Amino acid sequence: MPLLEIRNLTVEFTTAAGPFRAVDGVDATVDQGDVLAIVGESGSGKSVSMLAMMGLLPWTATITADRMSFDGRDLRNLGARERRKVIGRDMAMIFQEPMSSLNPCFTVGFQIKEALRQHLDLSRAERHTRALELLDLVGIPDPETRLKAFPHQLSGGMSQRVMIAMALSCNPRLLIADEPTTALDVTIQAQILDLLSDLQRDTGMALILITHDMGVVAETAQRVQVQYAGQKVEEQPVRSLFQSPHHPYTAALLSALPERATERRLPTIPGVVPGQFDRPQGCLFSPRCAFADDTCRKVDPPVQGEDMGFARCHYPIATPAKEATS
Amino acid sequence: MTEPVIIAEHLAKHYEVGGGLFAKPRVVRALSEASFSIAPGKTLAVVGESGCGKSTLARLVTLIEEPTAGTFEIGGIPATPDNWARLRDSVQIVFQDPYGSLNLRHRVGTILEEPLKINRPNLTAAQRREKAREMMDLVGLRPEFYDRFPHMFSGGQRQRIAVARALMLEPKLMVLDEPVSALDVSIQSQVLNLLLDLQERLQLAYLFISHDLSVVRHVADEVIVMYLGRPVEFGAKEDVFASPRHPYTKALLSATPSTEPHPDRKRIKLAGELPSPLAIPDGCPFAPRCWKAQDKCRLDRPPLEGDSHKVACYFPEN
Repeated sequence: MPLLEIRNLTVEFTTAAGPFRAVDGVDATVDQGDVLAIVGESGSGKSVSMLAMMGLLPWTATITADRMSFDGRDLRNLGARERRKVIGRDMAMIFQEPMSSLNPCFTVGFQIKEALRQHLDLSRAERHTRALELLDLVGIPDPETRLKAFPHQLSGGMSQRVMIAMALSCNPRLLIADEPTTALDVTIQAQILDLLSDLQRDTGMALILITHDMGVVAETAQRVQVQYAGQKVEEQPVRSLFQSPHHPYTAALLSALPERATERRLPTIPGVVPGQFDRPQGCLFSPRCAFADDTCRKVDPPVQGEDMGFARCHYPIATPAKEATS
Repeated sequence: MTEPVIIAEHLAKHYEVGGGLFAKPRVVRALSEASFSIAPGKTLAVVGESGCGKSTLARLVTLIEEPTAGTFEIGGIPATPDNWARLRDSVQIVFQDPYGSLNLRHRVGTILEEPLKINRPNLTAAQRREKAREMMDLVGLRPEFYDRFPHMFSGGQRQRIAVARALMLEPKLMVLDEPVSALDVSIQSQVLNLLLDLQERLQLAYLFISHDLSVVRHVADEVIVMYLGRPVEFGAKEDVFASPRHPYTKALLSATPSTEPHPDRKRIKLAGELPSPLAIPDGCPFAPRCWKAQDKCRLDRPPLEGDSHKVACYFPEN
């Protein structure tokens, strides 16, 4: 049984202008020890789907799913009190902006120990030792004094380490990292990514990495799930995704990266991600797709098989490399 | 050989912070010893992490602040405060965040015409309008956008408006302060293409500030790598990316995630973080994090030396 299983998750927000579907039929499966990356541009619903699973969305959101289970527990109709026992303990999340995710009014030590106090049955002294241990684990020098520091006294990289320490405090089985390095400098980003990979390997926990940076995906993930406008459009192991993307969106996204450019003009994807009012009929990517025809503009595309990377497309790209081997 | 648009020599900017009735203010050396020149139609990229002085450099070049030391000239006119008013026509800036840099209460037309109203008072309203329309066409904005407000546009379109506004006075030098880092990848390539097209057509000189090395590798002709307010390496793009000489440049390149998955790649891990700009170490500023540092590095600051590919290091690579 997989650790986390989500089938056909849909999230709709009630807005003044009518319902807005942010996540549209997303599936995800994560096993113990997996590293899954969810990539997509802004508005692709990658964060919302994970927040929905954690139960962190506001009341305006309507969440429906055929199946949403974590470790055999159904998350769909878990009460708030029950849910609080799971999140923060077995399932933890790191947010994008470390600076604004920590409470500025309390010391770092207090905030780490709070998670321990809520979830574990430890004495005061044991909590203190565990907090020191955690700061040491995430590579913060001089943990004893850092415990007494307030968030404004820490740099961005340090704050993110504290956030990671907090998320790891109760040995979670699933860690969700929502753009953990977007706000950080490159050299610090490399440190944090290495730290996450090492921790994942040592503890055997599952890691879901939400990001828009293809480079981060390539270096950290095992499996990649590409989302576009709230839908999952492709899922593949990381190597084959970069070698032979099957969905035209993934292919276009990869070729738009400056480092893959062969000439001075970059290949672009015309147009923008559809919003609330201009959702097209049929395939959501069809207005921007170079291969779209009338079928794409009218009929919802099917999800292809595993050999086509579960691409949600009428005409998935079969690459020459694949043809040669099959 | 055409005359460079801008020639800067030993630019420096120090800020005083703190200080009270009796306490002595402390000095932040935000930028020191920056020297460069940019020819028309060329791009100079400035790369570095936060706190390395990139944005301070942008503020000096766009005549927002006066340098503490050093001189620079734009189009042959020395940029002293007396000349600022007439030089401002020829330098324009595009900011990072297109959501914050456009006035939400003005229509696109008004935004584009405002620079003309102030700097070209003898133009009539009809002439201004015509110029704004021409510019919108140039940057790929549809004519009906003229009457719309910024909130109706996506990030990429807004960045086009910001570029159009910067071009209204026909500048020779454009300062691009992280122009694409707030945009999604698919939009980023559209804006980069636009910038490259405009540069070719109008022979603009770009000072391109970025922390994203893959973007810099694509657009730049020459690169300055900065660390803690000082240039540590300078050279043609090909040289800097193919054979970085300063250890910091090398570490920066190796830390940049690449989209070619090869897990066995060895990454140079830098220990520690940037020191505080208030307490820049004596000697080489990079020494505390450098794996090659020796006693000499900690005592003396290495000067930026070399012919075309300059480096500030006692033990350069290669």
